[in-house]
Amino acid sequence: MAAPIIRIDNIVKRYGPLTVLDGLSMEVLPGEKLALIGPSGSGKTTILRILMTLETISDGHIEVDGDQLYHMPKNGGLVPADDRHLHRMREKIGMVFQHFNLFPHKCVLDNVTLAPMLTKGVAKAAAEKRAMELLDMVGLADKARNMPAQLSGGQKQRVAIARALALSPKIMLFDEVTSALDPELVEEVLNVMRKLASETDMTMLLVTHEMGFAHDFADRILFFDRGKIVEEGKPDEIFRNPRQERTQTFLRKIIAAGHRV
Amino acid sequence: MTDWSGYIGLILQGALVTLQLTVMGSALALVMAFVAGLGRVSRFMTVRALATTYIEFFRGTSIFVQLFWVYFVLPFAGVTLSPLQAGVLALGLNVGAYGAEVVRGAVKAIGREQREACIALNLTRGQAMRHVILPQALPLMLPTFCNNAIELLKGTAVVSLISLTDMTFQAQVVRAQTGNTLIPFAVILVLYFLMALAISTTMRWLERRVTRGLDGVRT
Repeated sequence: MAAPIIRIDNIVKRYGPLTVLDGLSMEVLPGEKLALIGPSGSGKTTILRILMTLETISDGHIEVDGDQLYHMPKNGGLVPADDRHLHRMREKIGMVFQHFNLFPHKCVLDNVTLAPMLTKGVAKAAAEKRAMELLDMVGLADKARNMPAQLSGGQKQRVAIARALALSPKIMLFDEVTSALDPELVEEVLNVMRKLASETDMTMLLVTHEMGFAHDFADRILFFDRGKIVEEGKPDEIFRNPRQERTQTFLRKIIAAGHRV
Repeated sequence: MTDWSGYIGLILQGALVTLQLTVMGSALALVMAFVAGLGRVSRFMTVRALATTYIEFFRGTSIFVQLFWVYFVLPFAGVTLSPLQAGVLALGLNVGAYGAEVVRGAVKAIGREQREACIALNLTRGQAMRHVILPQALPLMLPTFCNNAIELLKGTAVVSLISLTDMTFQAQVVRAQTGNTLIPFAVILVLYFLMALAISTTMRWLERRVTRGLDGVRT
């Protein structure tokens, strides 16, 4: 078995007096598709944000692709990572946000080419060629010159996926990427993600309330509650035969709310 | 019957001085606004402290006093400036302090989501500021910059205190020489108004340019 690409070791995340993650540990294998589910406030989004270095951690260690994420080796020990180290680590990780976070002042194509040109020094022509391939992959090649304000939510999110992919990260984080969409636009985004999952060997972590999609998409499901992993397993095990009472309660509520499993 | 053409010429000479002060003062104010405004959001405490000191000092003391200092006190420190240089310096530094807060406010107004997208795309802080934050913050600054520039224009009248013959000063000269109050002051009233109008028209044009494509929508 390959070594884990992500190794989270006993991390603690506190916001003031509130402890969001309390000694959490988990591992992710290269190429694995992982779905994080659970009630709001259970810490699943915080995990993604921590992996993207959008947060700091109060305690613990995270290893990504063989290197410490928030620490770097110095004089035989570990010290907090500096900016250079963080920039090097961020090259391995991409993220897609719930609210897309496109740059509203740049056209679709420029949204996708900006980061490769700035962070990797890719020439404009090469960056645009690659961007067009990615936009084609998400079905938006004809919108390359449009401004984000002219797109629907589903289209914006597909652009955001293309934008994250343009940096060729090894790990992609999807944070409730369909939660802000009108119901009829959800499927077009999920289709892109299905395609991505089947065509690439990228490691993907997904926080979602779309249980049906999580079931089909993920190799493994983690159920979070109150900052801990309560239960984990293959999709069928979790959705058909949850062992923990809290998982059962959560899934019952979700089903009652009309989400299909 | 007074021959007005010579007197009007005098006022127009003054208008030229006012214009020079306004343009150069605004240019300096713009530079100071960005330097100090971005300094205020720096992650280095020393930079923040320096920027804050500058802003509080120049907003907190009167332009009169600042002008006197620049023109009459700086020479004791070995820095002698021409009246025009002193006027531009005082006006630019004074208005720049107000502008700095405009820059800071606009930069802060660009939300967390945009910053997080920049981090996720691995941009450096400088790249994020230059390519993502500032282009979006600029349209927010322009209306207030327009106010600041017009305030600066009207503030230029104080420079007569350091012997610069600006528009207002010349109008008073004309009034003293002709005994007529209405005409010189009506002329400068119109001139000030036209200059302010030129500023606001330019700013509106700029605003339209920089917001093109945004469609008023921010996500």
